[in-house]
Amino acid sequence: MLKIEGLSAEIDGKPILNGIDLEVPTGELHAVMGPNGSGKSTLSYVLAGREGYEVTGGSATFDGQDLLAMEPEERAAAGLFLAFQYPVELPGVGNANFLRTALNALRRTRGEPELDAMQFLKVARERMRALSMPEDMLKRGVNVGFSGGEKKRNEVLQMALLNPRMAVLDETDSGLDIDALRIVADGVNAMRGPAFSALVITHYQRLLEYIVPDRVHVLVGGRIVKSGGPELAKELEVSGYASVQAAA
Amino acid sequence: MTAMQQKGAEGFLHRYEGLRERLPGVRLPWVAALRDVAAVAFRASGLPTRRIEAWRYTDLRAVGEAGFDEALTSLEDGQDLPAMRGSARAVFLDGRFRADLSDLDGVGYAVGSLATELRKLEGRVGALARPEEQPLAALNTMLFEDGLVVTVPAGVEGGVLDLLSVASPTERPSAFHPRHLVRLEPGSSLTLIETATGPEDGRYLHNPVFEIEVGEGATLNHARLQQEGPRAFQLSTVYARVAAGGTYDNFTLNAGGQLVRNEIHTALVGPGGACHMNGAQLLGPGQHADTTTFLDHAAPDCASRQTYKTVLSSKSRGVFQGKILVRRPAQRTDGYQMNQTLFLSPDAEIDSKPQLEIYADDVKCSHGATVGELDAEQLFYLRARGIPGERARAMLVEAFLTEAVEGVSDPVARGALEAAVTGWWSRQMKDAA
Ligand SMILES: Nc1ncnc2c1ncn2[C@@H]1O[C@H](COP(=O)(O)OP(=O)(O)O)[C@@H](O)[C@H]1O
Ligand SMILES: [Mg+2]
Repeated sequence: MLKIEGLSAEIDGKPILNGIDLEVPTGELHAVMGPNGSGKSTLSYVLAGREGYEVTGGSATFDGQDLLAMEPEERAAAGLFLAFQYPVELPGVGNANFLRTALNALRRTRGEPELDAMQFLKVARERMRALSMPEDMLKRGVNVGFSGGEKKRNEVLQMALLNPRMAVLDETDSGLDIDALRIVADGVNAMRGPAFSALVITHYQRLLEYIVPDRVHVLVGGRIVKSGGPELAKELEVSGYASVQAAA
Repeated sequence: MTAMQQKGAEGFLHRYEGLRERLPGVRLPWVAALRDVAAVAFRASGLPTRRIEAWRYTDLRAVGEAGFDEALTSLEDGQDLPAMRGSARAVFLDGRFRADLSDLDGVGYAVGSLATELRKLEGRVGALARPEEQPLAALNTMLFEDGLVVTVPAGVEGGVLDLLSVASPTERPSAFHPRHLVRLEPGSSLTLIETATGPEDGRYLHNPVFEIEVGEGATLNHARLQQEGPRAFQLSTVYARVAAGGTYDNFTLNAGGQLVRNEIHTALVGPGGACHMNGAQLLGPGQHADTTTFLDHAAPDCASRQTYKTVLSSKSRGVFQGKILVRRPAQRTDGYQMNQTLFLSPDAEIDSKPQLEIYADDVKCSHGATVGELDAEQLFYLRARGIPGERARAMLVEAFLTEAVEGVSDPVARGALEAAVTGWWSRQMKDAA
């Protein structure tokens, strides 16, 4: 599904990613763990196509297509979804309007009929109930005045509505209390299946108790320094990133 | 004479001399006197130049150089009018009322043509306009031929009145100067939606003057959708006077025209009056639009809110000048003014000049101005959700305008405005493609 080979990228001439190799086969959920500043968000932004990063080497393909050559909206249309670590506030853009516009844009590219306001509301309400989101969040500006937890849930709501083939979740667990964490994890687990892949980026092992990954990769200094099974996450919890880094 | 046609102020004065025997009200001494006084003022001032403080950022030389003829309206003109909004419509072609195109049946108030009713309008024409101070009001006074006259009786809810101004296609530049009078008697209300349009390629000057009297406890919603043809000049002056407890809401969209001035003078003359002046200027290649407001707080306990948003693409230029005057008796005035500009192009330019002049001591008055570009983070967030770049930009532009557009409370006016904004955007996209 997603294949990253030797990917290097820099910001303003400063190297951040230094040759990342990572492959997520279709239907698998992988975790990327790493200390602050190791390049986790940079990796997710480069995959989603944010401006300002210069790719200096390597490649990333999505279903065989050259991901790095595509516009952000083309990546979304191809089925890639990024749950932002810091969801962006859009004052003046109503959440319902935003969600429906996004959903219909994707439906158009998939050759599916667009949803009118009523049809959309029905679908959205259903998804929101599953995420224990109050309905008035549809009326508010996108992420405006949302608490940290509400923003994260709004990201998961978008994922559930847009139904991507691959989701990159950038620290979707950070700042959540245990109840919210469970809700978010349930939301991700509900998506899992043979046609859904995910890259779950996290700083803590805690999330991985609820979302059990197929594989775990450790990112330090812009490189994957170790990969292993789900037990690797627990190992890190005990010994910390320093030991992995030293061993690498 | 055609070969040697006179231009600038001389041209207009020349036309006045030539036309005066044919202008409406020629046999009414008070009309003749108004016109003569205005002509003297206009002869002295000429068209305003940038040496005058109020015109520092807007250059009317293009208007002076155009040289205008009388509009030659034919009967076929105006056959393809846009759909009517609300239940009543007054249509003006080249500044002249067209009863055959209008639909004013069954309205619960008096409405008609200024040219027809001029005899009855002594004391109303010129009650608020100040031709000695505003040269364009002088020009209008000298040459007005027609206009809308509306009087809503006390306590009557007037509903929505559509005022449509259309310029007909002409080979030679034409000019018209309608004078519109709106009076709301105590406790009455009206929504006036004004649309101004014209041909794609015609050069014309539309120089309307409004005299608006809002009586005690009355409410006027005035939505102005300026969508003139791309080569047009629209220079408009609105005078409004609001009595105790009355409300005047003005929303002006400047989306058309080549050179546009939207000048508003509002006086809050009775306690508890309110005024909301909001607007959006959406400008594209080569357009210049100027919104200049004067808010005169002359009575205590009045509130005024102004929110103006300007969106500038390619080489366009926006101007906002807003003056709030709080006179000594106007205690407990609550005044707010905000002017924000969104640049879609590095070649655009905005001039912004707020001015507060406060003589009362118990006053809450604030103003602010911001300039910015579309936010790259926001744009990326939308695109990462699959929304194509152009649609994403349009959403952010609409979001930028929200605060001003939300000030338009009437749903019909609001719908008209939103449609106009969408239309502007798709035109920008077509031009860019
Ligand atoms: N826009 C930026 N400009 C300069 N440096 C940046 C920028 N964004 C991130 N960095 C730097 O890149 C490194 C990796 O950041 P990031 O990818 O956010 O790490 P993580 O998500 O793993 O905490 C850090 O050293 C950070 O300071
Ligand atoms: Mg991060």
